[in-house]
Amino acid sequence: MAVQSEHPEVFELRLYVAGQTPKSVTALANLKKMCEEHLAGKYRIEVIDLLEQPQLARGDQILAIPTLVRRLPSPIRKIIGDLSNTERVLVGLDLRASELKSG
Amino acid sequence: MNTLAGKLEPDATTQRRSLPKAPTGIAGLDEVLGGGLPQGRPTLICGSAGCGKTLMAMEFLVRGATDYGEPGVFMSFEEGVEELTQNVRSLGFDLDDLVARNLLGIDYVHVERSEIEETGEYDLDGLFIRLGYAIDSIGARRVVLDTLEALFSSLTNTGILRAELRRLFRWLKDKGVTAVITGERGDGALTRYGLEEYISDCVILLDHRVNEQLAIRRLRVVKYRGSLHGTNEYPFIIDERGIEVLPITSLGLEHEVSTERVSTGIAALDDMLGGEGYFRGSSLLISGGAGTGKTSLACHFVAAACGRGERCIYFAFEESQAQIVRNMRSLGLDLESPVRQGLLRFHAARPTLHGLERHLVLMHKAIRDFQPQIVVLDPVTNFLSVGTGEDVKAMLMRLLDFLKMQQITLLLTSLTHGAETEQTDVGISSLIDTWMLVRQIELSGERNRGLYVLKSRGMAHSNQVRELVLSDRGIDLTEVYLGPEGALTGSARLAQEARERREAAERHQEIERARLDLERRRQALDAKMASLRLEFEAEEEMRRFIEQAEAGEKSRLSDREDMATARQAKASPATGRRRKQARGE
Repeated sequence: MAVQSEHPEVFELRLYVAGQTPKSVTALANLKKMCEEHLAGKYRIEVIDLLEQPQLARGDQILAIPTLVRRLPSPIRKIIGDLSNTERVLVGLDLRASELKSG
Repeated sequence: MNTLAGKLEPDATTQRRSLPKAPTGIAGLDEVLGGGLPQGRPTLICGSAGCGKTLMAMEFLVRGATDYGEPGVFMSFEEGVEELTQNVRSLGFDLDDLVARNLLGIDYVHVERSEIEETGEYDLDGLFIRLGYAIDSIGARRVVLDTLEALFSSLTNTGILRAELRRLFRWLKDKGVTAVITGERGDGALTRYGLEEYISDCVILLDHRVNEQLAIRRLRVVKYRGSLHGTNEYPFIIDERGIEVLPITSLGLEHEVSTERVSTGIAALDDMLGGEGYFRGSSLLISGGAGTGKTSLACHFVAAACGRGERCIYFAFEESQAQIVRNMRSLGLDLESPVRQGLLRFHAARPTLHGLERHLVLMHKAIRDFQPQIVVLDPVTNFLSVGTGEDVKAMLMRLLDFLKMQQITLLLTSLTHGAETEQTDVGISSLIDTWMLVRQIELSGERNRGLYVLKSRGMAHSNQVRELVLSDRGIDLTEVYLGPEGALTGSARLAQEARERREAAERHQEIERARLDLERRRQALDAKMASLRLEFEAEEEMRRFIEQAEAGEKSRLSDREDMATARQAKASPATGRRRKQARGE
């Protein structure tokens, strides 16, 4: 399949939040839903709460909350916001083009 | 920390009670700000690219960390840590060291537009957390955000951004940190994205403009809520020790004055100035046309001061150090030794090298570094090539105020053109305490120099013209002769002197002649007296001979009588008759 040939690896995703804010909760829900739909079985989500680990904000250059970072496959991509617009999230994760191909 | 603002203007003292301030430690800026930036509040520093915003913000942190014990966090949105560290190393700031000592935290916030996608609602809690973490980890009291506006180009949702910025500044205030936010100047507004809307406590505007090919940096405190502050534009420079702002407000005429009198180095000139020379800390002006010996006079002052062990700065705008030293050697003045001993420092540069403001700042700096007792500007009129007369006068007034505060003597030379008017080209005569004018006196086909003391405040001074004579023994002032056509100078004076010498010689000869005459007459008299004495002695001899002869005659007669008596003893009553008889025989 086209998707598999282009993205054979596992998607390593990291979601930065700051406490259980509504935005963070929404973002995590949106992310999970999208991953199940488009990356079933080949994604890993790590949620980092900056209130607990503020020192980690620097490493991934986090400004906005929530921020989703695609650490793998490289290059790093970042998507900020509550991920409510699935289309834009897919573009941000470089999944849009392959989706179009496969669809 | 506020106690460090002690040396500020008087009004700063009263303000400190109402509004706590965080001294920036930047030379001159705290004076302008009346003590420092508003403590615990954000301040906006804005200006166009390359005007020194980042440096000023960084120096605020570095000085805070090193001088005031306030650690700081520098959050950079434009330059990386490495870049930043290198950039300020030229100012003598060792950021690595400060970071290692936990006095400084640097966080580089980099947002790559291309790798970011925005979708849905977000806030800048990440930034808050980072900043909060950086502040808390070193206990920072100061924060710099440079340049926050970079966020506007990274994030597209300006609605969110603006709301978050407003929240950020409130949050900073709640944190109680003194923050400096820099902003790029926009068209017709202080900042491109209107940051001034959010920061209303203190706004400082930096400017780097070029005026007649001369770049001048200026600073202005646009607003400072709740505090008095200097409202003028203040020049500033950036050099190897950081930023230096020059507060140009005159501090009023309150400086103390010295009653100490100092020799000019020319005895005859001291005599003209009430016999004791000029007052220490006064302002002296030597004006005159080209080639009247202004520089030579000034160098005499300098040599005399250095001879007393005083320090001296010589700002030369026409000649190089080597040239002045060489030229003065022909006058028998040794300026090389004081230079070697570190008593004399030359700053030779064309006035056009910098703008007036920068000249002023540089002179300030040089004077502050060297702590001289006398400062020479030679010639001050050359500044007219970089500013109008009014500008130059204003600059000199500022310099003079600064020097008088510290009782440093200022010696200016001024080149007057054309007609010899009793006016200086820069109109500074009212600022001057002692004004000496050297004037060309043209007489019988030659030009000579006449020196006048036009005014000298606070001392009796000579109203006489003296001729200024340059020789290999230095400058001498000689009296001039008043002839039918006015004062005689040069060879006319020499001729007059020769004539006087001749007349004196003649008078002398006449007296000598009279004296010889008298001598001769006395000798003649003496000779006469000697011969008279001889004559007298001869007469005396004669008289003695006569006396002896008479005595002999007498004894002979008595002998004869004795014999007659012996012969005719009975005929004694007829002696007389017998004597007659005897004589008749």
